[in-house]
Amino acid sequence: MLGKTANGLYWMFRYLERAENTSRLVDTGQRIGLTRLGQADDEWTSVMQSAGVIEGYNVHYDETSKDSAIDWMLRSRDNPSSVLSTISEARQNARLVRTALTGEVWEALNGCYMATREALKRKVSERDLPAVLGLIRQRTALVRGATHGTMLRNDIYDFARIGTFIERADATARILDVKYYVLLPSNFSVGSSIDNVHWETILRSVSARGGFRMAYGSQVNARDIAQFLVLDKRMPRSLNFCVSKIYDNLAYLGADYGAKFPSMDLAEALVNRFNAHDIDAVFEYGLHEYIQNVLTSLRQLGGQIEQDYRFYE
Amino acid sequence: MSDTKIFDEMWGRNETLRDPYAGFQSWFEGEDLKRLRAKQREAEEVFRLTGITFNVYGRSEAEERLIPFDIIPRVISGREWQKLSKGIEQRVRAINAFLHDIYNRQEIIKAGRIPLEMITRNEAFLPHMMGMCPPGGIYTHIVGTDLVRTGDDQFYVLEDNARTPSGVSYMLENRETMLQMFPELFSKNRVQPVQNYPSDLRRSLAACAPPACDGPPTVAVLTPGIYNSAYFEHAFLADQMGVELVEGHDLRVVDGRVVMRTTRGYQPIDVLYRRIDDDFLDPLNFNPESALGVPGIMDVYRAGGITIANAPGTGIADDKAIYSYMPEIVEFYTGEKAILENVPTWRCSEPDSLAYVLDNLSELVVKEVHGSGGYGMLIGPTSSKKEIEAFRAKLTSRPSNYIAQPTLALSTVPIFTKAGLAPRHVDLRPYVLCSPDGINITPGGLTRVALQKGSLVVNSSQGGGTKDTWVLED
Repeated sequence: MLGKTANGLYWMFRYLERAENTSRLVDTGQRIGLTRLGQADDEWTSVMQSAGVIEGYNVHYDETSKDSAIDWMLRSRDNPSSVLSTISEARQNARLVRTALTGEVWEALNGCYMATREALKRKVSERDLPAVLGLIRQRTALVRGATHGTMLRNDIYDFARIGTFIERADATARILDVKYYVLLPSNFSVGSSIDNVHWETILRSVSARGGFRMAYGSQVNARDIAQFLVLDKRMPRSLNFCVSKIYDNLAYLGADYGAKFPSMDLAEALVNRFNAHDIDAVFEYGLHEYIQNVLTSLRQLGGQIEQDYRFYE
Repeated sequence: MSDTKIFDEMWGRNETLRDPYAGFQSWFEGEDLKRLRAKQREAEEVFRLTGITFNVYGRSEAEERLIPFDIIPRVISGREWQKLSKGIEQRVRAINAFLHDIYNRQEIIKAGRIPLEMITRNEAFLPHMMGMCPPGGIYTHIVGTDLVRTGDDQFYVLEDNARTPSGVSYMLENRETMLQMFPELFSKNRVQPVQNYPSDLRRSLAACAPPACDGPPTVAVLTPGIYNSAYFEHAFLADQMGVELVEGHDLRVVDGRVVMRTTRGYQPIDVLYRRIDDDFLDPLNFNPESALGVPGIMDVYRAGGITIANAPGTGIADDKAIYSYMPEIVEFYTGEKAILENVPTWRCSEPDSLAYVLDNLSELVVKEVHGSGGYGMLIGPTSSKKEIEAFRAKLTSRPSNYIAQPTLALSTVPIFTKAGLAPRHVDLRPYVLCSPDGINITPGGLTRVALQKGSLVVNSSQGGGTKDTWVLED
C-alpha cells in the first residue's frame, strides 16, 4: 500500500469520527439548553471547548449565542472541524484512496456527503435540528456499517481503525478535560441538581447514558463516570478501550508486515499505563494532569505512526 | 456524402426500421414514457452516487459535474462491427510501425511519402525517443479511435487518439448502469460484453514489462491528482485492475528503477500507465516546472528499467496534420489499402489548400493541428458571418496551425427526450489495446452524442452526452 494511501485512510476515518463527535456535542448542547438548569451560553462555550473549536469561534464572533454556536459547529466553512468541513474532508480523502475502498464504502460516504451538504445548505432552524442531527448520525453510521461489512481485514482496515480510535480517544479526553472539575472528589457523595446536569452532559456527549445505567445502575456519581470514561473496557468510547484498539490494530499491522515499529512501543506503554491503576489512583495523580498527559501521548503516537508507515515523503 | 438526408442508425434514410434495432424497438413499443422518464432520473442518481463525474476546466472551484447520460442504447450489428474492428486493427498496427520507424530509421521519409519537416518541425515529435525501442516494440498501448458514420456502410476515422485516450470508464459504467436498470433488455438482446476491459488492460500492460522486471510485473496508474478532470477515470481503472494509483510525489528514481513509497518501503514499478502529458512526465528531461512527474524517469525508461504506456512521443501519430497522411501510412507499413476511410483533409500549410479553405470557410470544419476537446475549431455551416471572419483572421496569420475538412453529415441515433425518441448526431470511440500478444478491441466503445438538436459537437466539455453502445452477437 502507498504511504499516501495509509495517510488518506487514517484521515478519512478521523474526519468521519470527528463529524460524528461534533454532531453529538451539538445535540448535547441543545438538550442541556432546554433543561434551563445550567447557564445556556456558558454551556455552549464548554461544548465548543470540548469540540476543540472555541478559538476559531472567538475570532469570528464577538459573543456566544446558541444560534451562532450551532452554525459554527455544523456548517461553517471557516471552521475546519465543522460537520460540513469534516465530511467534505473525509470525502476528499476517500477520493484519494478510492482504490483501497470497496464500492459500498465509497458510495456510503459519497451519499453521506451529498445528503449532509443538502441538509446543511441553509442555516438549520431549531425545529429542524433534531432531524438534521439524526441524518448525520444515520449517514455516518452507514459508512461505518459498510466498512465493517465489506472491507477486507488487512492493512487498509488497520489504518482506518487506527484513525478512528485516535480521533475518538482525543475527543473523549477533551470532553473530560473541559468538565474535569465536576468530577473531582468533592462531588463524589452528594450530587446537587447542577452536578446532575453536568454529569448528564458528559454522558450524552459520549452517547452513553443507557450504557452507564446498564453498567453502574441508575445512581449517577462522579467517580463512576470517571471510571466509565477513562478505564472501563466495555465502553467503546472510553480512553482505555480506544487505546487498546489502537494497540490491537498496530499489532495486526506489525504481524502482517513482520516488523515491530517504535509506534508499537508507544502504544504498548499507553495500554500498560491504563491497566496499571484504578480510578482512585487517577484522582490521586490529578484528573486534569492525567488527561493532559494522555492527550500528549496520543499526539506523540499519531506522529510516530505517520513516520513508521511513511505517510509523508 | 452526396445524400442530403441524414442517415439515422435506427430508421435509415427512409423511415424503415434497420435490423440491429428490431429487438430494441419491440421492447420500446411496450414501454411507458412515464416509467422511462423516471428511469432517466434514476440513472442520474446512480451516476452521482457512484461519483462518475468530471471536473470542468477553467472553473475556479474544482466543481464536479455529471456527463449527461442517455438511456437509449446505440446498437451496432456484429457484421458491422467485424468490418470496423478489422479496419481499426490494421490502422493501429500501422501507427505502431510508423512510430517505430519515425524514431529509428525513418524509412517513410526516405521513401518520400512524408515530408521531413512534417516530423522535425512538429511539436509532438520527441527527439529523446530517437534510436530507442520500447519494451515489446509497442508505442501506443491504448488507443481510442474516433469514428463517425454517414451511411449504411460509410465510416470515417476522425481522429486516432494515440496518446492518452480518455472516456473508457464511461463505456464501462454506462453498461453497468443499463444492466442495473433494464435487465430485461439484455435478456432479449444478445449484447457482446465490455466488462473484460480492465482485466484485458492489465494483462496487456503486464505483457509489456521491461527487461529489468524479474517477477510478476507491478503495474501502476499515474494520475496528475484529484483535481484533474479525469481523476474519476484514473481511480476507476486502477481500482478495476487492482493496481496502485500513484502521483508524481509517490515516486522517485532509486538505483535505476522507478519506485513508489509504500507503507513497507520503496517498491519498484515495472509498467506505468501514465495519464499525464509527455511534457509533465520528467522535469529533468522536459518541462522543468512540472511537479506532476518523476525526475529522471526518462533515463530509467531509456535504460529498460520501466515501461511507460503510452510511450512518450506517440503524439506524433495523432497530430491532425499527420492524420492527413494516414492512408499512405497504412499502405506503407501493411502493404494493404486502408480498410477505414480518412476524412478528406486540407493542410492549410500548403498554399493551394489554404486558398481553397479560405474560399469555402462557410462549408468546412477547420481545426487546430494540436487542438482537442472541440476547442478552437470552426464549424462553417453553423457559424455566423462574424465568427467566420474572426476565424479567417486567425487562420491567415498562422495557416500551418490548421487543417480543414468537409462538414460530414454525421449519422443520428435516437435519444430519450420528454416527448419520446428524437434523433441526435453521434460519434464512436472504440478502445484498442496493443501488446506483443496482439491487438484487442473491446466490442462497443464510447458513443458521444450532441444533445442539442442539430448540433454536431459531441464533446462532453461542450454539452455532449454519452450512451451505452451495443455490439450484437449476430
